[in-house]
Amino acid sequence: MYALPFDENRCLNCQGADCLVKCQYIEIDRDRAREEMVRIARGEDSPVLRECVTCYGCEEYCPMGNHPFYLIAEKQEALGIPPVPGPLVRRAVNLGLPFRGEPQIREINGPVLNMAAFSELTPLIQGKLFEGLPVISTDGRKMFHYFCQLMYLHYAKSSVIKERLPGVIATIMRHRPTEVICFHDECYGTYTSYCPGVGIDVPFTPVHFFEYLYNRLSELKDLIRPVGLKVVYQRPCSSRLSPGKHRFVNKIFRLIGADEVEREFVDENALCCGGTIQGQRKEGSRKRSAAIQRKNIEDMKKAGAEICVFNCPACLQTLGGMVAREGIRPVYMSDLCRLAIGETPSGWR
Amino acid sequence: MKSIYEALVGIVDGEHVSDRPEELYIYSFDLGTAQPQRPDYVVAPRTTQQVQDIVRLANREKIPVVPLGGGLSLAGLAVPLKGGILVDLKRMDSIIEVNEKGRYAVLECGVSQAQLTSYLARNHPGLTHSEPGAPPTATITGNVMIHGQGDLSQPYGFNSDLVNGLEVVLPTGEVCRFGSCAIGASWFTNHPLPDVGLFFGWCGTTGIVTRLSIRLYPAKPIRGVGQFVVENEELVPEIMEKITRTQMAEDIIAYSRAIPPFGMGLQHFTVNIAADSEKELEFKQELIWDDALGEYIRRGDGGYLGFTRGLERPQISKTSDYKKGGGFEYVGGIMPIETYPRCYRSGREISERHGIPYTVTGRCIGVGHSMMFAWTYAFNRADPETIRQAREALHETDDLVLELGGVIWKPGTYGQRLIMERLDPGTRTLMKRIKEVLDPGGIMNPGNWEGI
Ligand SMILES: Cc1cc2nc3c(=O)[nH]c(=O)nc-3n(C[C@H](O)[C@H](O)[C@H](O)COP(=O)(O)OP(=O)(O)OC[C@H]3O[C@@H](n4cnc5c(N)ncnc54)[C@H](O)[C@@H]3O)c2cc1C
Repeated sequence: MYALPFDENRCLNCQGADCLVKCQYIEIDRDRAREEMVRIARGEDSPVLRECVTCYGCEEYCPMGNHPFYLIAEKQEALGIPPVPGPLVRRAVNLGLPFRGEPQIREINGPVLNMAAFSELTPLIQGKLFEGLPVISTDGRKMFHYFCQLMYLHYAKSSVIKERLPGVIATIMRHRPTEVICFHDECYGTYTSYCPGVGIDVPFTPVHFFEYLYNRLSELKDLIRPVGLKVVYQRPCSSRLSPGKHRFVNKIFRLIGADEVEREFVDENALCCGGTIQGQRKEGSRKRSAAIQRKNIEDMKKAGAEICVFNCPACLQTLGGMVAREGIRPVYMSDLCRLAIGETPSGWR
Repeated sequence: MKSIYEALVGIVDGEHVSDRPEELYIYSFDLGTAQPQRPDYVVAPRTTQQVQDIVRLANREKIPVVPLGGGLSLAGLAVPLKGGILVDLKRMDSIIEVNEKGRYAVLECGVSQAQLTSYLARNHPGLTHSEPGAPPTATITGNVMIHGQGDLSQPYGFNSDLVNGLEVVLPTGEVCRFGSCAIGASWFTNHPLPDVGLFFGWCGTTGIVTRLSIRLYPAKPIRGVGQFVVENEELVPEIMEKITRTQMAEDIIAYSRAIPPFGMGLQHFTVNIAADSEKELEFKQELIWDDALGEYIRRGDGGYLGFTRGLERPQISKTSDYKKGGGFEYVGGIMPIETYPRCYRSGREISERHGIPYTVTGRCIGVGHSMMFAWTYAFNRADPETIRQAREALHETDDLVLELGGVIWKPGTYGQRLIMERLDPGTRTLMKRIKEVLDPGGIMNPGNWEGI
């Protein structure tokens, strides 16, 4: 069975205990932070296990490469203290079950774009940016065969991830891809952070979607006309698993002439969309989530944003309507890129 | 002597009468498992007078008359079981009046749900009606005739409770009016004249409703659906009780289904909430999710899934998408809410025994006075064996409804027989006498409530 080799000595030797000290949702000082992480690593109960909103942030903050969030999720499961109520856990676990037959396998022998559990967003994949790029998981009825499963970290169900993920990787491999461009960066985080972390072998090269977009835009540089829009970016939790790729957001904005307005909740300091928090067991979670969302959107407004750029479909589903009601337009990054090369994304006016 | 066909052409016109097999074929079946049966004629009148003339002709000729609205009951209620004249009422589709202050609409019987919804949205955006989850071509009148329920039935009751007045052509051709309109006043109330109540639930066997006045309600600009989920079906009645107690919700539905798998073995609630302002919305949400249901969340027994703006109608037909062939029919039982756990377990058992993925739905009616519990069975329209299986499951479910102390809603002929067997003898005698007085020729939708 796959296991997370967590080294508590690294925590004991860590000066900053940034994993928890930087956490935006838990108030804790450095000494206690270190203590709590060590307790968690030893399998003891800790208030952190109950307070964690599962924002993934500590994965990015940890300077020791020690996977604190994966550890928290594992221990929540081991101690039977899931962050969300049992029925939501069961619902989520059932959600990822394939139920409409086997996927149709086409051998690609080259790079592919994997839509994973977002087949319904395949219409986003059009125009020059994606010309000639084979796409897999385009059939909504079969998409759970390609679902990276990492979502179960929010449900303290690492066991489900470990159980199902090798099968998912095998399905992707049946297409004989070389590089797999991950439409969702949660998949990218799965294959580049979680899998190595717990020892699951990934036999293809994962590529971050934004890196692909940036490279493709660079090839199409002559077509780019600066969009000149004031933009903010809603950073998703899963981006914390690949902080190295987060810089592509900035690079893309610069390349397409989008004006990324200054705001408080960016980069390391980004706020969760609130989608998971609202359903958590902890008293007051619904209101807490709403307060975070308000704070986030107020910050976007104060910065003068016209556009809120999304990476994650779940963030867009949670926040899209809210930002739109405040006069800020929700847009997927790929659509913004298409706009920059003179294409009109569907629904754009 | 003129033929019936010619007489019908004389009443309506050549355009709106048919005895052509290809057109009769279309009118021979509904969407459920009922055996198809062709009418001899189809006629689409435009006026009450024409309806009167058709009924009189049918009486003279001793030929059945079957009124048809959208034909979407699924239980075969407008299938002409004994042939005859099928009266398609869809052309009688005028919206005669909308009274903003009194909040009602006077409609001809062919007005569809979608027509009234869009008319109100365009012309009276502050008003709405209790719309069922049926396809949009279902008629308001057809729905009322079978005691339907819509998305305002939770606070206000069955759609047939929302009627303010009626105009009816009796089986012998006379026209009667009921409610305040009967004394020449406007159509604003069904009370307080002596109660007659002879038409709803009778499947058109006591007359054809040509006009009706239906109550409208405030349409709040913010409308959306919150979702809650529990694993233990025993918790559903108390949760329904707690949500209804807040009086903050419109539609409240609990459902469970095998496909897609996320719903398997879980009970989901969808709770419609409407508000004039964000402040009102938050107030209502707080009372429902935090105050009424917070204890389930803290205990880990129930989970809040979020609030989505926009209205989602109950999707009892969704299950049929997952089985080849696209057919489905459901038994609706009007049940005491406390029977939910048994309804769910028995329904699941019947489905599984017949190899059909289970889908059950309980819609709360009238602040919890009852619920409409639907057991839905999918079948392949091209495969008689799956139709037979579904029909068997439906019949078993009709039996189950009565066993669990409920009443079968819009029963087909099988369910009607079960009800008649159990009906209080005094009531049955009275109903028989009413039927004989109103329809001495026995021409109205025969085969339904037969032998009462
Ligand atoms: C997917 C789906 C979802 C549904 N959801 C709901 C729901 O949420 N709530 C609900 O209540 N129902 C629901 N239904 C059931 C049904 O479709 C509705 O109740 C519908 O409104 C019935 O109206 P209709 O015009 O189709 O009636 P019809 O089927 O045409 O008629 C019903 C009965 O009334 C008689 N009748 C019709 N018009 C007259 C008249 N003017 N005078 C005398 N008798 C008349 C007919 O002879 C027949 O016996 C659903 C059906 C489907 C297919």
